[in-house]
This record gives sequence, structure tokens and C-alpha cells, in this order.
Amino acid sequence: MGFKNSIAWYYFSSPKNFYALAGKLIPWFWVLAIGLIGVGLYMSFFVAPTDYKQGESYRIIFIHVPAAWMSMFIYLVMAAYAIIGLAWKVRMADMMASALAPTGAMFTFLALWTGAFWGKPTWGTYWVWDARLTSELILLFLYIGFISLQSAIDDPRRAAKASGLLAIVGVINLPIIYFSVKWWNTLHQGASVSPTMAPKMASIMLTTMLIMAIGFWMYTIAVVLMRARRIVLERERQTGWVRELLLGEGK
Amino acid sequence: MTEDGLFVAWRAMLVRDLTLAMRRRADVLTSLFFFIIVVSLFPLGVSPEMAVLRGIAPGVIWVAALLATMLSLGRMFSDDHQDGSLEQMLLLPQPLSLLVLGKVLAHWLVSGLPLVLLSPLLGMQLGLGADAIGLLMLTLLLGTPVLSLIGAIGAGLTLGVRGGGVLVSLLVLPLYIPVLIFGTGAVDASLGGMDYEGHLSLLGAFLVMALLTTPLATAAALRISVE
Repeated sequence: MGFKNSIAWYYFSSPKNFYALAGKLIPWFWVLAIGLIGVGLYMSFFVAPTDYKQGESYRIIFIHVPAAWMSMFIYLVMAAYAIIGLAWKVRMADMMASALAPTGAMFTFLALWTGAFWGKPTWGTYWVWDARLTSELILLFLYIGFISLQSAIDDPRRAAKASGLLAIVGVINLPIIYFSVKWWNTLHQGASVSPTMAPKMASIMLTTMLIMAIGFWMYTIAVVLMRARRIVLERERQTGWVRELLLGEGK
Repeated sequence: MTEDGLFVAWRAMLVRDLTLAMRRRADVLTSLFFFIIVVSLFPLGVSPEMAVLRGIAPGVIWVAALLATMLSLGRMFSDDHQDGSLEQMLLLPQPLSLLVLGKVLAHWLVSGLPLVLLSPLLGMQLGLGADAIGLLMLTLLLGTPVLSLIGAIGAGLTLGVRGGGVLVSLLVLPLYIPVLIFGTGAVDASLGGMDYEGHLSLLGAFLVMALLTTPLATAAALRISVE
């Protein structure tokens, strides 16, 4: 079984086979994404009960928290692809890492944006220098650094390697940055507002949040596969199969 | 390879880089004056009140030190890259990370240590007391080598890249944040009458960790960029 599996991995790490497989999978992930996010949004607006303390405004957490989860998780996945790309020289892994970055940055921004909109009614201010907000902001900087390094280097192979190394350095630093910011925050602010929620969360809320998170995952996979397909075409444009494919489409 | 050979290579790299820096003193002085000017802008921009300045002094001096280090990072490898000597270094039998360590030490001696030595003057201008100034110097002494070590990765990655100077700040400044937090935190804690030893221990831990790991990452970055 393990042997068979490893063959499948090798098979799909070839850009040509990946391109074909991704093309078949993308519609399914879109269907799942739209379905789950649709159900999740319905539940967040109509099924989940009104919070007794925060009223209706708390409902933004159904986007905010899953987006924040995704922002961190995508960085980890990106770094994992970067390690695979650098260690085993798998080109497809490099392309996946660069395809993930914009979506990760988008979710980081979404988490910050929704956080600000949630902060206004709850804490009376759009922004506090809370540990979580600050480290989310730094995460956005890390994503932007990755994307700008990649776009600044013309040679795609060097760009992939350089930004991959940066992602690995970043992922080692993330916990250090997070705990530094946390400690800094407790030293500076003392007891002030914190986005920690009431410990006992109604299970319906948790379910809704999980559905939204899985929906976001499906969306991420769909979008990242689409982006990776474009990157494959761009980087493999000299190869025969891409030419055939493009000429075939042009007919 | 004998240990002597490694040491000789490391020392040769250090002496070479220091000699080169001494022949181009203007470069070194420019980033030092940059440091002084940035700090001097704060009283003009914020307030000349000593009480206000004293509160922000550690942060201002530390941020200025980060920016001054950033400015000088471009020099670390770019000249060697342009004249081809970096490629020769990559071909040496000695491990590249060891040579990188020599270069980073030279960079710190030229652009980090002067910041440490200048900081008391700037601290006085911003109204810090003698104890706080001593502590500020100690945090800079522990922290600025970390800045050079981490910065070397960014300098290696952006070697020969268009707009590398601005790009390197985008890559490296987020990674400087822990050093900034504990560097200023120690002085703030002592001003507030709190214990600051934890901050110093953490800065020391960052230094040890950076010494052990960043030369490897920088060597990898250089190989990617020169390839």
C-alpha cells in the first residue's frame, strides 16, 4: 500500500499529470466550497443564537475565526511545500508554495479586517495592540515579504528557492515572534481588553465555525489548484505538452 | 581539514572585510550619522519635554539601530558578488557558513558596535539616567549581533535583485521584532523599577540561537543567489 501510494505521489508531482488531475478536481472543490460556506453562512445568520452579551455583532466570528485559522495554517502548509521543494527538488512543490501565498495573505487580511469591525462594537475601537492582532499583522508582513521576494526575482527557479528559504526561516521565527509579542503585550498593557471569548461556547456556534473553516479550506484548495495550473502553464511553456494543449485550445 | 585551517580561513575573512571597510570609511560613517539623525528627529517631531522623551528613548534608539543596520546590510555581500570573489568563496574547501560568520562579525564590528558605543550620547540627549544608559548599551551589545546575523540571510536572498535595498527591509524587519521587544523591554522594565534579567537572558538566548542557525541559512541563501 505504501509503495503504491508513493508511486501516486511521484506521478502527480510531474507538472503535466498534476495539471490534468487538478483540472478534474477543481469543480468538485468549488462545489464543496460553495455548499459548505453557504450552509455555514445560513447557520451563522439564522441558526446560531444571539449572544447575550455582544448581541448580533458577534456573528462576525464565523468569518473571523476560520479566516485567522486559515491564515496560520496556510503559512505552515506553504513552508512544508517549501521544505519539500528545497530538499527533494520537487518543482511542483515550489509552485504550490507560491500558489498558496496570495490566498494566505488574503485570509490574514480578512482576519484583520473582520477583527477590526468586530472590535469597534465590542471594545469601542477598531484596533488594539493585542498580542493576537499584532502577531496576525506580522504574519501579513511575512506573507508580503514572501510574495515580493518572489516577484522581484526574474528567474523563476531562483525565485522559488529564495522565497522557499524565506518561508522556512519565517516558520521557525513565527513561534518566537508570537511569544515575544504576547509577553510584550502583558508587560505593556496589563489587564485590558482581550479577544478571548467566553470559555463556554455554545456547540452550535462551534459547529458553524467548523463548517465555515472546512468551507474555507475547500475554497483554498480550489483557488490554489487553479493558480497552480496557471503557474504550471507559465513555467512549462517550452515543453511539448503545454504547446499541444494551448494550440489545441486555440483551434 | 584541520581545525587550524578552519580558523585561518575564518580569520582571513574577518581581516579582509575589516580592511575593506576601513578603506571605505565614508560608507560606515554614513549609516552612523543616519542613526544619529533619526534619533534627533524624534524630539523635533514628538516633543522636547524630557519626561516624554525619557519614556520613548529606548524604543527610539532601538528602532533607529534596526534601521541603521538595515541600511548597511546591502554592503555585506554585494561588492563580493559583483567582483566575483563571492563565487570563489563558495568554491573554497572550508564550509561557507564559517566564512559567513567571519563576514557577519566584520559587519557587526563596523556597523553594530559603533551604534552601541554611540548610544550613551543619544541616551543622554533623550534624558535617560546613567543606569538606564548602561542597560541600554548592554541590550544593544547583545541585540545588534543578532540583527547582523538575521540580516545576513536577507542580504543573501536579495543579492543582485532589483530594488534589493527596500526589499531586504521588508524581509528582515518582521524577523527583528523579538529583538526589538526584549531590547527595549529591558530598559523599560528597569525604568519602571521591575526586574529586567529575564529580558537579558532572552536576548542572550536569541544571540546563541542566531549564531548557531543563521550562518547555515545565509550560506544556503548565497548558494541560491549565486547559482
